[in-house]
Amino acid sequence: MGSILAFLTLLLIGFVFGKMNEMNHFRRLDQDEQTYAHIDVYNIKRPTEPLAADGVLVSGNVVIAVDYFKVIVAGLKTLIGGQLGTYQSLMTRARREAVLRLKREASELGADAVYNVRIEFSTVGANPRGVGGVELFAYGTAVKRP
Amino acid sequence: MRDLIVTNLEIVPGRTITAHLGLVQGNTVRSKHLGRDIMAGLKNIVGGELKGYTELLSDARDEATSRMIEEAVALGANAVVNVRYSTSSVTAGASELYVYGTAVRIE
Repeated sequence: MGSILAFLTLLLIGFVFGKMNEMNHFRRLDQDEQTYAHIDVYNIKRPTEPLAADGVLVSGNVVIAVDYFKVIVAGLKTLIGGQLGTYQSLMTRARREAVLRLKREASELGADAVYNVRIEFSTVGANPRGVGGVELFAYGTAVKRP
Repeated sequence: MRDLIVTNLEIVPGRTITAHLGLVQGNTVRSKHLGRDIMAGLKNIVGGELKGYTELLSDARDEATSRMIEEAVALGANAVVNVRYSTSSVTAGASELYVYGTAVRIE
């Protein structure tokens, strides 16, 4: 009985705080993306416009934890398959955050654009219950227009 | 800013590559930290960013990159182009950060 109660409590905490964290994060992303909207980001390798000499490698990364509710939902969902919305939003958040940090670094350098942006994914601190966290890492070359 | 140019483009904007000096690389394997893992355990209930891990991986990548730069400098290069990063989990709780690129001379 005690363990069921503990489980339900964790599930509830996970749901409430996880949801709150996620909503706050999305709100912050919407704001910050506006702030750095002036930095153009491309994943093309060969710039087609004239650029100032040199370029600087810039990057951004973020590790986001999976909350308890998401882990349980994912565990149940794998029984029937289908779209896993809880992890989808997690990946979206992490990816947007990584690209945002890349843009911030570029902006601090006074760059106008970032070329050849690559986005990488890895898992961090895997525990037996599933992934502990996901890392999204974005990198590219910051350049200035003449 | 360091004087050696590091880019993941195939060229350096506004410069001409005069010589290719070969592949240079750097890596580092980092394991997680018990203290950080306790925090991560809590975060696994409520979600949110694991700042400790974000920094750990970012520092590790910087270290791998500086090892690659050392190699490039030893070859007499003044730029590294077409840089790629890759991350792999060696065992549960340890990650390898690997970076590689082509050392070149530019003018």
